[in-house]
Amino acid sequence: MKTKLKGAQTGHSLLKRKSEALTKRFRAIVQKIEDAKQKMSKIMQAASFSLVEVAYIAGDINYQVQESVKNAQLRVRTKQENVSGVMLPAFECYMEGTNAFELTGLGRGGQQVQKCKETYVKAVETLVELASLQTAFVILDEVIKMTNRRVNAIEHIIIPRIENTIKYIISELDEQDREEFFRLKKVQGKKKRDQQAADKEYGVVSSDKSVYDTEIVDTALSYSEEKNTSG
Amino acid sequence: MSTISTHKDRNFIAVIGDEDSVTGLLLAGVGHVDGANKNFLVVDSKTPLSKIEETFLEFTKRKDIAIILINQHIAEYIRQLVDDYDQAFPTILEIPSKDHPYDPEKDSVLKRVQRLFGE
Repeated sequence: MKTKLKGAQTGHSLLKRKSEALTKRFRAIVQKIEDAKQKMSKIMQAASFSLVEVAYIAGDINYQVQESVKNAQLRVRTKQENVSGVMLPAFECYMEGTNAFELTGLGRGGQQVQKCKETYVKAVETLVELASLQTAFVILDEVIKMTNRRVNAIEHIIIPRIENTIKYIISELDEQDREEFFRLKKVQGKKKRDQQAADKEYGVVSSDKSVYDTEIVDTALSYSEEKNTSG
Repeated sequence: MSTISTHKDRNFIAVIGDEDSVTGLLLAGVGHVDGANKNFLVVDSKTPLSKIEETFLEFTKRKDIAIILINQHIAEYIRQLVDDYDQAFPTILEIPSKDHPYDPEKDSVLKRVQRLFGE
């Protein structure tokens, strides 16, 4: 039972440390998210401007672009990162396949279109970064809540329960001890009385056996007294 | 808890936005058309709200989308849906649009941050 309590306490301190480590990480991520959001605002603004430039030079390409989409060229892939036992995903962009818009703006403003594309690719990269931060945020949030719940459960329910059990066992043992002590006292008294009676009957010579018996009782008594004072 | 298999094959970015935002992002190469399935939705003043909601829910349920980009002013229309969404995958990201500057106060994630820190 004592080992169980010890186990619970170790688990508690470990979980608490885990939760602290996660919270630290969490705060760092929140900070990063805020920074990234600011950055995103700027980069999206720049991207919008470049699109306006394209519209000015090449005319309206919206329809053309939307219709010529076939396969995603810019894709994301997920990596895993381990933070104190929690898997955090991190997105990463990569290019795949051919550019579907090679012919866009062929008539005029092709250069602008390319420039705009580059700006938007950069913007998407920023967004992807932000998205991975945000995913990490959501997952961490959940894990922290779970860890805290466990910490509290151990602290407020499991440890007190074990302590109660231990207390009960100790009190029962004490009770038993006292009973035993009392019994021994009784036995000793009886022995003494018998001894005296025997002494009276057979004169001064005492039997070896009865002396031996009282000695046993005496040692048992002193032992239980010791235990009572220490426990 | 999400396992590796649930997000290994997610590699598209979906977009819900106004015409310009969508065009720009498509130009960057995020678009993917698979038969009748598109991973983007152009929202203009004529798009009904139900259509936005439907598309949003569809994107969140699709298994091949890793990130959903949505214009903030459109996210406002379906704010309840966006706020209620709490899955890790796909991630929802609110982006500013040309006509609507970015307002951190309205972002559902930042709102959660503020709620957590009790500000």
